[in-house]
Amino acid sequence: MAALATLRSASSLFGGYRFIYKNLVAAHSHVWDSVRPNLHLQQRWYAVSHLSVQERIDKKREAARLGGGQARIDAQHKRGKLTARERVELLLDPDTFVEYDMFVEHRCSDFGMDAAQNKYPGDSVVTGQGRINGRLVYVFSQDFTVYGGSLSGAHAQKICKIMDQAVLVGAPVIGLNDSGGARIQEGVESLAGYADIFLRNVLVSGVVPQISLIMGPCAGGAVYSPALTDFTFMVKDTSYLFITGPDVVKSVTNEDVTQEELGGAKTHTAVSGVAHRAFENDVEALLNLREFFNFLPLSNKDPAPVMECHDPSDRLVPGLDTVVPFESTKAYDMLDIIHGIVDERDFFEIMPNYAKNIVVGFARMNGRTVGIVGNQPKVASGCLDINSSVKGARFVRFCDAFNIPIITFVDVPGFLPGTAQEYGGIIRHGAKLLFAFAEATVPKITIITRKAYGGAYDVMSSKHLRGDVNYAWPSAEVAVMGAKGAVQIIFRGKENQAEAEAEYVETFANPFPAAVRGFVDDIIQPSSTRMRICRDLEVLVNKRQTNPWKKHANIPL
Amino acid sequence: MAAPRVTSGLQRVLLMLKNVHFKSGYHIVASRKQYSTVYDPNEKTFEKILIANRGEIACRIIKTCKKMGIKTVAVHSDVDSSAVHVKMADEAVCVGPAPTSKSYLNMDAIMEAIRKTRAEAVHPGYGFLSENKEFAKRLAAEGVTFIGPDTHAIQAMGDKIESKLIAKNAKVNTIPGFDGVVKDTDQAISIAREIGYPVMIKASAGGGGKGMRIAWNDEETREGFRFSSQEAASSFGDDRLLIEKFIDNPRHIEIQVLADKHGNALWLNERECSIQRRNQKVIEEAPSTFLDPNTRKQMGEQAVSLAKAVKYSSAGTVEFLVDSQRNFYFLEMNTRLQVEHPITECITGLDLVQEMIRIAKGYKLHLKQADIPIKGWAIESRVYAEDPYKSFGLPSIGRLSQYIEPRNLTNVRVDSGIKEGSDISIYYDPMISKLVTYGSTRADALQQMVEALDNYVIRGVTHNISLLREILVHPRFVKGDISTKFLPEVYPDGFKGHQLSDNGRRELLATAACLYVALQLRSRRFLGNQRVSTSHKEQNRWELSLNLDKDTHVVTVFSTGSLFTVELDGKRLNVTSEWNLASALLPVTIDGTQRTMQCLSRDASGNVSLQYLGTVFKIQVLNRKAADLNKHMPEKVPEDSGSILRSPMPGSVVAVSVKPGDMVSEGQEICVIEAMKMQNSMTAARTAKVKTVHCKAGDTVAEGDILIELGMD
Repeated sequence: MAALATLRSASSLFGGYRFIYKNLVAAHSHVWDSVRPNLHLQQRWYAVSHLSVQERIDKKREAARLGGGQARIDAQHKRGKLTARERVELLLDPDTFVEYDMFVEHRCSDFGMDAAQNKYPGDSVVTGQGRINGRLVYVFSQDFTVYGGSLSGAHAQKICKIMDQAVLVGAPVIGLNDSGGARIQEGVESLAGYADIFLRNVLVSGVVPQISLIMGPCAGGAVYSPALTDFTFMVKDTSYLFITGPDVVKSVTNEDVTQEELGGAKTHTAVSGVAHRAFENDVEALLNLREFFNFLPLSNKDPAPVMECHDPSDRLVPGLDTVVPFESTKAYDMLDIIHGIVDERDFFEIMPNYAKNIVVGFARMNGRTVGIVGNQPKVASGCLDINSSVKGARFVRFCDAFNIPIITFVDVPGFLPGTAQEYGGIIRHGAKLLFAFAEATVPKITIITRKAYGGAYDVMSSKHLRGDVNYAWPSAEVAVMGAKGAVQIIFRGKENQAEAEAEYVETFANPFPAAVRGFVDDIIQPSSTRMRICRDLEVLVNKRQTNPWKKHANIPL
Repeated sequence: MAAPRVTSGLQRVLLMLKNVHFKSGYHIVASRKQYSTVYDPNEKTFEKILIANRGEIACRIIKTCKKMGIKTVAVHSDVDSSAVHVKMADEAVCVGPAPTSKSYLNMDAIMEAIRKTRAEAVHPGYGFLSENKEFAKRLAAEGVTFIGPDTHAIQAMGDKIESKLIAKNAKVNTIPGFDGVVKDTDQAISIAREIGYPVMIKASAGGGGKGMRIAWNDEETREGFRFSSQEAASSFGDDRLLIEKFIDNPRHIEIQVLADKHGNALWLNERECSIQRRNQKVIEEAPSTFLDPNTRKQMGEQAVSLAKAVKYSSAGTVEFLVDSQRNFYFLEMNTRLQVEHPITECITGLDLVQEMIRIAKGYKLHLKQADIPIKGWAIESRVYAEDPYKSFGLPSIGRLSQYIEPRNLTNVRVDSGIKEGSDISIYYDPMISKLVTYGSTRADALQQMVEALDNYVIRGVTHNISLLREILVHPRFVKGDISTKFLPEVYPDGFKGHQLSDNGRRELLATAACLYVALQLRSRRFLGNQRVSTSHKEQNRWELSLNLDKDTHVVTVFSTGSLFTVELDGKRLNVTSEWNLASALLPVTIDGTQRTMQCLSRDASGNVSLQYLGTVFKIQVLNRKAADLNKHMPEKVPEDSGSILRSPMPGSVVAVSVKPGDMVSEGQEICVIEAMKMQNSMTAARTAKVKTVHCKAGDTVAEGDILIELGMD
C-alpha cells in the first residue's frame, strides 16, 4: 500500500521514479524479524559457522522463492493479485520453468540498502524460460513483494539477459509487469536500467514477438517498455498505466481524476488505445495469454503456426449469402462474417473496444494462423478515421513482421470527413494504414463484401497494393463515392436526380467495373468464401516477396 | 424490388421433365413416406398459385405446389427479400415494408401482385389474411380462386357469436354461459358476473389464443378487457370482444375436417393440443391418448355436421374443450390450414395442402370416412425463438449464426422457413420451425422427438428446446395426463430448466472435464516444424476443478487416446467420443450410455456452456493450480437488479405510465412493451421512487435495455 500511496504523490514527468520507501529499514524491520528470522540468523552464522555451500544455496533459493516474505505475499493476495512466481507457474506448462539469476542481488549501498536484511536473492523480478503448450518462451515477472517491484540495476540486468537470449534462439518474450517504478535509492542506475530495456525492446521489435501483461501498477518511464512491445494486455481493476499519477495531474492541470479513470484497463482499452485487451483477473489473463500465444510464431524466421484442425476447409457457410442486407444503407455485423469463416468460430479480437469501426484480430484458417482486418459497418458505417487507421496499421505491420497472412474484409464508405479529423491529421494517420498494407509482403487476401469507396478502397489491401487474391461478393460496390454525391458532380443541374442516381447505381453499384479491369480476381458466392481462402492460403504458403533494400522505411508517424 | 423473378430456363426444363415423368401414371409422392396421397397429374388444378404468407407455411405450400407441377408466387416484405420462401418460389413480389399491416396484410399490394403475376389462385396459409372474408371477397370479385372455404363460411365461423349459434343448431355441444359482444368495461364486468367466474375474454375477430385473457374477478376483467381490446385493435383492426365461461382444467382437442364443394365432408381424427403456454400451443400430438373410439367418433361427427351446416369446403378445424369426464364443448372453428396440420398428415397419410388445392378447383374428395386411418403416432414440437425461463417463453430475436436441422434422423419432419443466417425479427412470429416426429407407437415418436431435439443446432437466438424436452420426458406427459394447465401446474414457479440428478450431474461434469482435456491436448498439436518440445511426455493425468452452480467438484481425468476415464465423487466413468472440436454436436458415450450434447461456447478462461438433456449448463473447468490460485481473485459485484427494470425482450414501448419522481408500489405497471403482437406489462419489483425513465412510447428497445431505474427509498 505504501508503494501505491507514494506513487500517487509522484510529481515529475517520470513520476514513478520518485517512488520512495520511507524509513525503509525501520519500517520493515519488524516485518523482517517476524517473517524471515532465518535470514537474520543466516547472516550472522556465516561468520562463525561452517554452513556448507549446499546449505547456503538451499537457503538462498528458499529465500528467493519467498520474495518479499509471507506478509507481503498475503497483502498481494488480498489485493486480488497473484505473486510473480504464481503467475509464471500458471502461464507456463507445468514444471517447464527454468529460472535464471535467482542469486542476483541489488548492488545499491546508499541509504543503508547494503544491509543484509535489505537484500533479497533474485531482487524484484523473476526471470527465465519455459514452455507454453510445448513452445519456448522467455518470461520476466516483476515481484511487487520486493520493494514494490521497483526496478534496480540488477532487476534491469536480469530482464536484459533473457531478452538477449530470446533473440539468440528466436523465442518470444512475455513481460508480466507489476512494478511501482524506479528504485529511487539507486538513482541513475535505475534510469540506465530502463534505457537498457527500452533499447532491447526496440532492437527485438520485429525479431521475436514481445507481449506485456500489466498486472499491477506501471507508471512513469516504466510505461514505455510495454508501449514498445507488440501487445499490451491489462487486468481489470488491478492494473494501471500512466505517465503521472492523479495527484500530479491535479497539481499541474487541476483535473480531478482517479487512478482507474486515468490509467485503468477501461481507459486504455476503450479511450487511449494503449492496451490491446483487458481480462477480468490475473488467472483469466494468464490463461488467455496462453491461448493467445498459440496464434504467434516464435520468431520472424518461423512460419505462422499451423494447428490440428477439425473444421473442414471446404465447409460452406450458407449464412453468408444473406448477411449483407439488401439496403446498402443498412448495417450488419462484420463479426458475423468473420466468425462464420474462421476455424471453429474462434476469433481472438485485438482492441475490441477501441476504434470499433475496424475489427482486427487473430484466427485460424484450416489450422493456420491468419490476421483478420475488417471494416465494421455496425459502427460509424465502417468508415476509416484516425483511430481505426492507426489500429489497423499497427496490426497489419505485426502480421507482416511475423509471417502471418492477412485476410481483409472490406466494407468502407470512405474516410471520415470533418474538422476534428482533418485537424487531427487524418491524412498523416490514414497514410499509416496505406503504408502498412502496401509494404506488407505476407500473403494478402481481400474480400470486398459491400462498399469500397474512394481512397479507402485503395487503402484496404487492394489489388493495387499487391493484394494476392482479391474477391468481390455480388453485393460489392467499388466506386469513387456513393450514388448521391457522385450524381451531384456528374449530373450537375440535371433535373431528374433520381433517374441520374439510378443510372449511376446501375453502372457502379456492382462488382463489374472492378472485375472487368481485373482489380478483383473473381466475383464469388459468399458461402464459398471460407473454402476459397483456405485454398488460396495453401497456394500462397510459398509466397516470397522482398521490398527494395533500404535501411528502414519511413512510415508517416 | 417489385419486379417478379422469372423462372430460369433450366428450372422450366426440369419442371417439364418432372411432368413427363408424372404422365407415365400415378405417382406416389412420398419423400420419406410422409404422404400416401396419390397425385394424379391428369387432374388439372391451377397453373400458378400465389401464396399470401411467409415463413414455414409458405414453404410448406410451395413444396406441395412443386409436387403438383404448379408454379408459385411468393409475396414478401422488404426485410424478407432473401427469405427461404422467396427463394423457393418461382416468382416473388415485394408487397411493402416490414410491419405486417403494410405488407402481408396489405390487401391492395397483394391484389396488385396477383394481377401482375396472373396467379389463378391464392393460398393464404394461416394467420394474416387466411380468415379475412374481405380478402376472399376481393379475390372472388377478380375471378381468383381462394384456396379455403367460401366467404359465407369464413364469416359464419369467424364470428364467435354467430358460430356458436350455428353450432347449437347443428347439434354440436357448446360451452355454457355463452354471451355477446362487449362495449365497455362496466359491461364486461356485468357479463362476467352473470356467467360466473372464471371467465375468458378474447377478441371476436381473433383466432387461436392471441388476445385471450382469463379473469377470476372484476379487477382482472377490467385489466383483461383493456389489454384484449388493445390487442384486438392492433392485430385485427376490430376491437370487439367476447366473454364466456372458462372451463377449468380442460384439454384442448381439435378435429381436422376436410370438405369439398359437393357436400362431402370427412373428419381426419383429432389433434391433442393441450400443452399450451399463455393459450398458445407448444406441443401437439395425434391421436390423443385421452379419446376413446366412441368419443372420437362423436366429436368427428359433430365436427362434420357443423362443416355441413355452413356448407364448408376445404380443410378446417373444429376446436373442442374436453373436460375430465370426456364431455366436449365446441370452442370455435378455424377456417384455414392449422399450424399443427403435419401431425394429421403423418397419421392419415394425406397431404392437406394438396387436398385444399383440389377442393378449391372443384374436385370431389376421393376418400370415404372409412378410408381415413390412424397410422402410428405423431408429435409436433413448436420450436420458438424465445426464452422459456421467462413466463414459459418471451420472444427473443437475433441472427441464426448456426442452424442445423436434425433431418438426418428417420421419421423426423421439420417444417421451417428459415436457414442459417436468417434473422428472427421483431416483426413476425418467433417460430423457428415445427419439429414433427412419428413412429408406430407413441413411445417411438416420443423417443425420436427427444433425439431430434438433442440433435437440433440453433445458435444466435434463445430457443425453447429446453422446455420442449423437459415436457416430453415428464412422467405426466409420458402418461398422457395433461391439460391446458399442464405448464403452470408442473412448473408453478416458472420453468427453470432441467434439474440435474446425481447421475446426470456426473455425466455432465465428466463430459465437461473430458472436453477440457481434449482441448488442452489439441492445443499443443502443432503441425509441421513448430519447434515444439519433445522432451515432455504427453500429459495423461489431469487434476481438474469444476464449478457448476457455485459447487466445486474435484475431478481426475486419465486419457488414453480418445478414451477418457474420469474419477469424480468417488466414482469412475468411461467417456468416449470422437472429440471433434469443430462440430456443433458433441456425441459422447458415458459408461455405455449415448448422449448427444452440444458445446455452445468455450473460452480460454475454462468456461464452457454445454447443452445437456436440452438445458444449457455453464461450467468452469480449471486445472488444480489455476483453481487454487483462483481463490485469491476478487469477486466482482453484480448490479442491483431490484432497482433497474430491463426490457426482458426486444420490442417497442407502447406506453410508459410513470415519470421520474413518481412513487410506484411493488407490482405496479410501469410500462408496456409490445413484441410479436403481444403486449407485456412491466411492473415494479419493489416499492420505490422512480429515479430515471430511459424510454418513451414508440421507442424500440433491445433485450436487456434499461427501461426504468428506481431510487433507493
